Amino acid sequence: MRELISLSSYDLMLASLLVLALAGVSTRLRLGIGLQLIIAACRTTAQLLFVGLILKKVFEHAELHWIALITLVMLVVASWEILARQKRKIKSWWGFGVSASSLVVSSFLITLIALFFIIKTDPWYTPQYTIPLLGMLLGNTMNGIALGMDRFVQTAWQQRMVIEQRLMLGQTAMEAIREIRNESMRAGMMPIINAMAAAGIVSLPGMMTGQILAGSEPIEAVKYQIMIMFLITAGTGFGVMAALHFLSKHLFDDRERLRFDHILLIKET
Amino acid sequence: MLNIQNIKIPGIQPINLSIAEGECVGVSGDSGCGKTRLLRAIVDMDEHEGDVFLGDKSMLEFSGHTWRKNVCLVPAESQWWFDTIGEHFPEKVFDKFSTLFKTLGFERDVLSWQSARCSSGEKQRLAIIRAIINKPRVLLLDEPTTNLDAENSRKVESLVSAYLKDNNAMVIWVGHNHAQLKRVAINSYYTLSSNGLMKAAN
Repeated sequence: MRELISLSSYDLMLASLLVLALAGVSTRLRLGIGLQLIIAACRTTAQLLFVGLILKKVFEHAELHWIALITLVMLVVASWEILARQKRKIKSWWGFGVSASSLVVSSFLITLIALFFIIKTDPWYTPQYTIPLLGMLLGNTMNGIALGMDRFVQTAWQQRMVIEQRLMLGQTAMEAIREIRNESMRAGMMPIINAMAAAGIVSLPGMMTGQILAGSEPIEAVKYQIMIMFLITAGTGFGVMAALHFLSKHLFDDRERLRFDHILLIKET
Repeated sequence: MLNIQNIKIPGIQPINLSIAEGECVGVSGDSGCGKTRLLRAIVDMDEHEGDVFLGDKSMLEFSGHTWRKNVCLVPAESQWWFDTIGEHFPEKVFDKFSTLFKTLGFERDVLSWQSARCSSGEKQRLAIIRAIINKPRVLLLDEPTTNLDAENSRKVESLVSAYLKDNNAMVIWVGHNHAQLKRVAINSYYTLSSNGLMKAAN
């Protein structure tokens, strides 16, 4: 294996010069994006350095409760992120519960399965595996769940007259919402299906690239990447399914009436 | 027998009404007086106080969708969500119900029509057929002939009264046309206002 070439602060400064140059040019051309660019670059530097320091600490003291705390923070942030991406505002606490429980299904359970049965780490919570794996799953399934939920709520809202018409014809709530649910499932799964189809041909997935840069055998990196892709696909699928299940159950009451007031922050007229 | 007991709609006195088998009840009233809200409460589409009995069974003894299979509301503006009209009907519907379609002026090709291109009058007549083929015990019609000319209105009237007689069903017909309401609901013509449901003066 090759030695990893360590980057010095000087190397990073060289890379940052490229961003500064871009900011300079865009200010000159009055594109109005220069300041935003600088702020975002500073944020990314600060946030990643902070995470790096935390990970360093956690790797040194690989104790279960610290790892649990970190994963909990990741879960909370990802759940809020899902809510923040909804065009129609979902009731905060209920929506948080839906996102969090879908993420538990999609990311936590899948990560545990991978740790116990596939990678077989020892101890099972070895942070070098747990945290990056969970992070990758959360990031990707969060996307799918956010897309699926957004599509579901938007479409159901636009078609509320149709849903009520179907109820009036004696259809069950689940019959009346079926097409919208299927369509939302597809919307949530599209990104990962596309990513699988394009992997290796159009794009080199980030994790694999990282491993190769760090000196891994390409085939080893590929094997990990394939496993991750499968985990993400399963996670996203089950996560979107769970989220749509909660949403469509709660969209109707026990008399099978359409109740947007159950899930959305709207004033009844 | 349909028994409406103490249905409360905001701003209106509690509503009580019973309808016998084979009877058509006509209801008129100013726009916005609560006619549609009353119909929606009867089919249990909105939260409401009061109860409705079909025979001796309360609506709460049915699940929401079985209640609405028995008590079917045809809203003033019907919705068609599939691309073609035919997809909204069960298979072979024209073979079984050809007289129903023909009475309202449709031939077999109606099933291949594009839903989006139907006029409001066509949709209104098709919505009545779509409701009737489910054989509901009670049919609630919300302004069923507003988009129809006089001839088609008459056809709908006779279709509904034939359905009443043949199936011993019950109908609540909400509309604005007094002459029509007197025709379809001979002895059971009511007006709805904030005082509740009143027998209309002749």
